[in-house]
Amino acid sequence: MSTNEVKSSKKPERDMTFALVGNPNCGKTTLFNALTGLKQKVGNYPGVTVERKEGECFLPHGEKVRIIDLPGAYSLNARSPDEAVLRDVLLGRRKDTPRPDRIIIVLDASNLERHLYLSTQILELGIPCILALNMMDIVAEQGVEIDVDNLSKSFGGIPVIPMQASHRKGLVEIKHCMSKPEIPAPKFKVAIPEEINDGLEKSWKRLRESGVLANESSLLEPLYLLSDRDPTHYGIQDKQLDAIQDTRKELAEKFPGWEDKLVAARYDAIYVVTQRTIQRPDENDATLTDKLDAVFLHPVWGWVTLLVILGLLFTMIFKVADGPMGWIESFFEWCGTWVSGRMAEGDLRDLIVDGVIAGVGGVVIFLPQILILFFFIGMMEDTGYMARIAFMMDRLMSRVGLNGKSFLPLLSSHACAVPGVMATRTIDNPKDRLITILVSPLAGCSARLPVYLLMIATMIPSDEVPAMTKALFLLSMYALGVGGAFFFAWLFHKQLLKGEGAPMILELPSYKSPALTAVLWQMWERTRIFIRRAGTVILGISILLWFAVTYPKSDNPDPSVAMEQSIAGKVGKIIEPVIQPMGYDWKIGIGLIASFAAREVFVSTMSIIYSVEETEEIEPLRDRLRAEKRPDGRPVYTPRTCLSLMVFYVFAMQCLSTVAVVKRETNGWKWPLFQIAYMTLTACLGAFLVYQIGGMMGQL
Amino acid sequence: MSQPTRLSDLEQGSSAVIESIPTGNASLTRLRELGLLPGTRIQLIRRAPMGDPIEISVRGSLISLRKKEAELIEIQTI
Repeated sequence: MSTNEVKSSKKPERDMTFALVGNPNCGKTTLFNALTGLKQKVGNYPGVTVERKEGECFLPHGEKVRIIDLPGAYSLNARSPDEAVLRDVLLGRRKDTPRPDRIIIVLDASNLERHLYLSTQILELGIPCILALNMMDIVAEQGVEIDVDNLSKSFGGIPVIPMQASHRKGLVEIKHCMSKPEIPAPKFKVAIPEEINDGLEKSWKRLRESGVLANESSLLEPLYLLSDRDPTHYGIQDKQLDAIQDTRKELAEKFPGWEDKLVAARYDAIYVVTQRTIQRPDENDATLTDKLDAVFLHPVWGWVTLLVILGLLFTMIFKVADGPMGWIESFFEWCGTWVSGRMAEGDLRDLIVDGVIAGVGGVVIFLPQILILFFFIGMMEDTGYMARIAFMMDRLMSRVGLNGKSFLPLLSSHACAVPGVMATRTIDNPKDRLITILVSPLAGCSARLPVYLLMIATMIPSDEVPAMTKALFLLSMYALGVGGAFFFAWLFHKQLLKGEGAPMILELPSYKSPALTAVLWQMWERTRIFIRRAGTVILGISILLWFAVTYPKSDNPDPSVAMEQSIAGKVGKIIEPVIQPMGYDWKIGIGLIASFAAREVFVSTMSIIYSVEETEEIEPLRDRLRAEKRPDGRPVYTPRTCLSLMVFYVFAMQCLSTVAVVKRETNGWKWPLFQIAYMTLTACLGAFLVYQIGGMMGQL
Repeated sequence: MSQPTRLSDLEQGSSAVIESIPTGNASLTRLRELGLLPGTRIQLIRRAPMGDPIEISVRGSLISLRKKEAELIEIQTI
């Protein structure tokens, strides 16, 4: 049996690195924020979409240390990409993140036994550790007593700091402890049953011979690698992967259930520790969480609460965001006018005003909605309500192969797919997460609304038709989007993605009051990432699209003629035969091309093509569309053309912001390209069917 | 002592002791890691409004699992 000695000698060339580790919901991030004072860098671990957070902290004697907030995990036997990253960093298997010099293990002291499971796994690694016993206020409330000194002694005298990170209690003590030059190495070892130990040693030798493990690796490394069944977690060569798979098979055949025996052994060892350190009262009073859940998860009141909260969310998005969106619009208009007044007439001015300012403005206008969504999602995550939504919606989502955690991302996408896609990080099962990302843009986002409203107005112009009829058309478009999302989720689950469907095991954390600063910070962080990722792509494409509708220049002063002669106009005419079976002419073709980056651009493009001055009112453009005739004299915008166009926009991707975010969240171009392809094909097919079936039913 | 029964059949609000959990199943191993071991006392807090999943209390934390997994776990009601 090899022991794993880690020298705590400081390397002078870099600051000492502390890693924060712990279960989800242990208050780790709160402590991270308190230590770093929000001086942090957020990014991704290379090759995986796991959030990487790093910050700086100054200790009492002025020394600067690095702090890494490692992903929350229940065990080093990884079951998700997050847990695999934690394992690999702690075992020193990731080249991008050196093995930390010291570890701060954050535990929810009110749930000590469970949290000690991961903690003791980490103590065994031999890296100097500090135990941060968080949520001591709840422990006191429950009348539980924890013998801190005894706990420290149980693990070889390592520092144990009682804390309440949310109120900065214990912060001075832990910083003081962090600045100590020497921390006793943890001494704790769960005995591995001898026959399993022999098996592991054989595997260890084998994996070292095949080059999977370095020669100096400890026996714990094969233990945690072999317990991970997901080959996508390792990021190593196929040959080495085969070695791991073969070794695992061999071990499982010789010692069936070896992992389960180790779990039991660890809990036995933890029991010995908790027996002598924890004193519980005989009777537990109902906690705040029990009382709140009695309402929030009630068969009737649970739904009422959910509807009220979601109603509030959508009211905020569509009513409160309205004001700021107007200001942003005015601001960009003002910018355009300002530049126009100060630059000489010419292509460069047009490029800046019509290309850059209008293009960027068209995306930035959605920022208020995106910010509100990020805020609500952050609040729901932070308070613990998010897990309750997942619990309530799991049954419904499981019918199409997803789980309850997919509900909120899909729902958010009804305002904007960008925060929806970014919120899928909470889905730990990669397969469910990918499917949710793929179908999220099918939800009827707010950029589709102007298109729907224009088409419905064109289709049913009369005010005599009850508003309900129009609303019904609008609703059916949203229903079609939801139906499409569920259908494709089901299809992808069945056909596209193989892999073990992970079980839906979900912890329902205790409710807590939200840390507003942290929620606002996270909201800003996510928005910044979105602006940075989407900004560059959108800027580039806006310029390209501007170029396509402007060049080659025409001498004709009529902008609609100029557009006809432009590249976009020519492409529109080239694709006319293709889009004709959907009921479209080349003018609509230009609209489809121009709105590739953002759906709502369709409306403004139509205004230009038909030389209708852009106003707040929908009527002038509506009347112009209704008057439009085909060469043979039949009207273009018949009900079936309008319906076909709406169906096209239900399914078509037509949103570069989403493409940019999906690329970030899936780590490459493969999935966003697949997404554009399947959505555009479905859009064309749907529009074609609507137009053709409409024709067969005798519609114009 | 009553007959062993399945966790999925436990009445809302009732407590039980886990009798056995099949070994070698990855999802059940994760439940073990969350503290569901033979001999552990658990309580069924509630079923989700649509009947599945279920919420149980184990070692001071609240865990939700689907019926599919709960059906595999044998318990002894108290």
